[in-house]
Amino acid sequence: MKPLRIEKMSIRFGAVTILPEVSFEVAPGECFGLVGESGSGKSTVLRCASMLLGTWSGDAKVGDRSVREMDLMERCRTLQMVFQDPYGSLHPRHSVRTTLSEPLKIHRLGDTEERLAQAMRDVGLPVEFLDRYPHQLSGGQRQRVAIARALILEPEVLLLDEPTSALDVSVQAEILNLLVRLREEKGFTCVMVSHDLAVIDHMCDRFAVMKAGDIVEVLPREAILDGSARHPYAQELIAASLAYEGAA
Amino acid sequence: MSETTPAAETRRRRPQSLIAAGNILRFLAKTPTSAFGLLVLAVLILTALFAPLIATHDPYLQDLTNTLAPPDSAHLFGTDELGRDIFSRLVHGSRITLTIIFLVTIVVGPLGLLVGTVAGYFGGKTDVALMRVTDIFLSFPSLILSLAFVAALGPSLNNAIIAISLTAWPPIARLARAETMTFRSADYIAAARLQGASPARIIWKSIVPMCLPSVLIRLTLNMATVILTAAGLGFLGLGAQPPMPEWGAMIATGRRYMIDSWWLVTFPGLAILSVSLAFNLLGDGLRDALDPKQMMKR
Amino acid sequence: MTSDPILDVQGLSLRYPGAAEPAVRGVSFTLGRERLGIVGESGSGKSTVGRAIMKLLPDAEMSAERMRFEGVDLLRASEAQMLKLRGARMSMILQDPKYSLNPIRRCGDQVAEAYRTHVRCSKRAAHDKAVAMLAAVQIRDPERVYGLYPHEVSGGMGQRIMIAMMLLTDPDLVIADEPTSALDVTVRLQVLKILDDLVKERGIGLIMISHDLNLVRNFCDRVLIMYAGRVVETLDARDLDRATHPYTRGLLAAQPRIGGPRAPLPVLQRDPSWTMEAPA
Repeated sequence: MKPLRIEKMSIRFGAVTILPEVSFEVAPGECFGLVGESGSGKSTVLRCASMLLGTWSGDAKVGDRSVREMDLMERCRTLQMVFQDPYGSLHPRHSVRTTLSEPLKIHRLGDTEERLAQAMRDVGLPVEFLDRYPHQLSGGQRQRVAIARALILEPEVLLLDEPTSALDVSVQAEILNLLVRLREEKGFTCVMVSHDLAVIDHMCDRFAVMKAGDIVEVLPREAILDGSARHPYAQELIAASLAYEGAA
Repeated sequence: MSETTPAAETRRRRPQSLIAAGNILRFLAKTPTSAFGLLVLAVLILTALFAPLIATHDPYLQDLTNTLAPPDSAHLFGTDELGRDIFSRLVHGSRITLTIIFLVTIVVGPLGLLVGTVAGYFGGKTDVALMRVTDIFLSFPSLILSLAFVAALGPSLNNAIIAISLTAWPPIARLARAETMTFRSADYIAAARLQGASPARIIWKSIVPMCLPSVLIRLTLNMATVILTAAGLGFLGLGAQPPMPEWGAMIATGRRYMIDSWWLVTFPGLAILSVSLAFNLLGDGLRDALDPKQMMKR
Repeated sequence: MTSDPILDVQGLSLRYPGAAEPAVRGVSFTLGRERLGIVGESGSGKSTVGRAIMKLLPDAEMSAERMRFEGVDLLRASEAQMLKLRGARMSMILQDPKYSLNPIRRCGDQVAEAYRTHVRCSKRAAHDKAVAMLAAVQIRDPERVYGLYPHEVSGGMGQRIMIAMMLLTDPDLVIADEPTSALDVTVRLQVLKILDDLVKERGIGLIMISHDLNLVRNFCDRVLIMYAGRVVETLDARDLDRATHPYTRGLLAAQPRIGGPRAPLPVLQRDPSWTMEAPA
């Protein structure tokens, strides 16, 4: 297990600054949350850290290696990502087998059949589903496949971009349970973006509140209920979430 | 278990694409217009395959005692100015037409797809450079451009095919680029990049399959234009050379006798009309058959 | 609740063309001047019910024993009659204002036009009415917002404009289909509050379609729970925690709660018999 450190990450598109300067640290094996409203740059942080966006400044380090120093192959085996929309993140013309065996082929890993079967068992899907196409799967099953694809290269860090926000509550529960279990079994470091404080509270020990590209406050999980948030926006977000849930 | 897998995999995969193809054909056959297209195309292919059996005469055999004979039982579509049987010439001409379509398609499809997907995927300077080249080709009427090419290369059937191919790829490239741009930012492309796939691999494995249906439709619709351009070049004497029974060239030579002997131009003209119409209808049908909503049901 | 229901639906069933199974089967409910929540997962047919009431699904096979809206028999109503009803006496608020507002026209003009479609009045009067309505949905500077284009307003503002547009003609029935799922938590409550106040104040019957049990618990009087096209349970919103149907209970339990235990979330065990059960 390795820690993840984001140092002074900043990115701008033309005249618009998306992230002015973001820094945070995630301990080895921790699950760290990023919350904030839409457009606050939560997902951008993940896309920069995984080098899907390349034009940012600052640094992201896994252990003591910067993602910029790593070559493509090493980076892929270090950082993986699960996307929000299970309908858009699987190639519609690729069977589950193709989707999962592509990374194995690219990284020249052997025992393809063995690994595919293990990956399916890990995410709780029957091995026969390998020959299904995405349109033959439900939303929750697709997200399981996406998680299997991210974990098949055994990454150190898993980036989760709203992995359950497109799913129904009951399916969300299954996926959250699955993520908790996999984290215990495989012990990866994890960053989870969500707009739902209840999900963050369920999954993460610490979380950062983002607004307009800035991290306004990093809070421990307990701060949601004990009211120790200091920043007005963090307070507003927590109050609104509690009021909405009707638990307060 | 691992030894049997490759075989098992192909066995599993083949039915999938076969079933899809079968479904598409069934869909096309159910729609009257595209069924007509399929029928004409089938007749054309069968005619080309069995041309020597179907033709009643030798297409090159001249009979100067029986020139410009109107259609009768001996010569179904009459004879031309050199006494050759027009029906037999049309039948043999279908081979030339099919050759042109086939060669143009296998050049134009991959070329357009390659240029379009590369430009669309990389964007930026690559895109600008490739698209400006495409624009240059697009800014000439295709017949004029083919004329220029043939004039430069010398008139012959092969050069006509090269010239038509050179003018027919830009619309395909444009289409493939537009399609690619819509998929480029999709999450599954991001996921493929995160798995370490090279751009070439992403284009080939992820983007090309997505562009293929619309490119296929466009190619089918394009074939009508290809036939017309080939006929046009033939008509202008820049395509197939006499005595080859190319349909456009037949019209060109028949033009002089058009007033008295209508059959010289009418039958080749009808052949061109029905084949290009068939491709258009088939393309329209394919568009419906390859519609993503339809694909979902397969 | 008044004695006369605004909407009375009995045994509504609907099948989409080409679908093997009906999307809605035998749904019955009546709606007075109250707020009714329809809750279910995706594919449960909840949105289809809303669209069926507005008769927005002309291709689908629809049947019902009874479907009356204030003395109008919706089953027999012609398209011309529906055009008069829709937007005037019944209206619908959709999920995402980004897609339901025309991007190339000013927001205010769209609100005013919606009014002029149903009420004969001068442009000036419609303008004034629209501005007043924008103020009623708590838009601080309604004259300025009137002149903005949809891309210039935030999601919460856009949804308030949609609410203004839909309530301007004083409808008796409003169907809100996931009105706040596209909004951030911090603005969700505001928007819901505005909708809630207006609905209460004007005595409008509201059908709130949502996947979110928290939302209907706080903003509805009664809740229908739908599963696979059927209503499996009808409850008063405040009794939601005392739901008896295993599906409702499963949905409630699967929801992670702030400060809840970190134990694995109870996963819904779907019982095939739920689809057979007669509606409660």
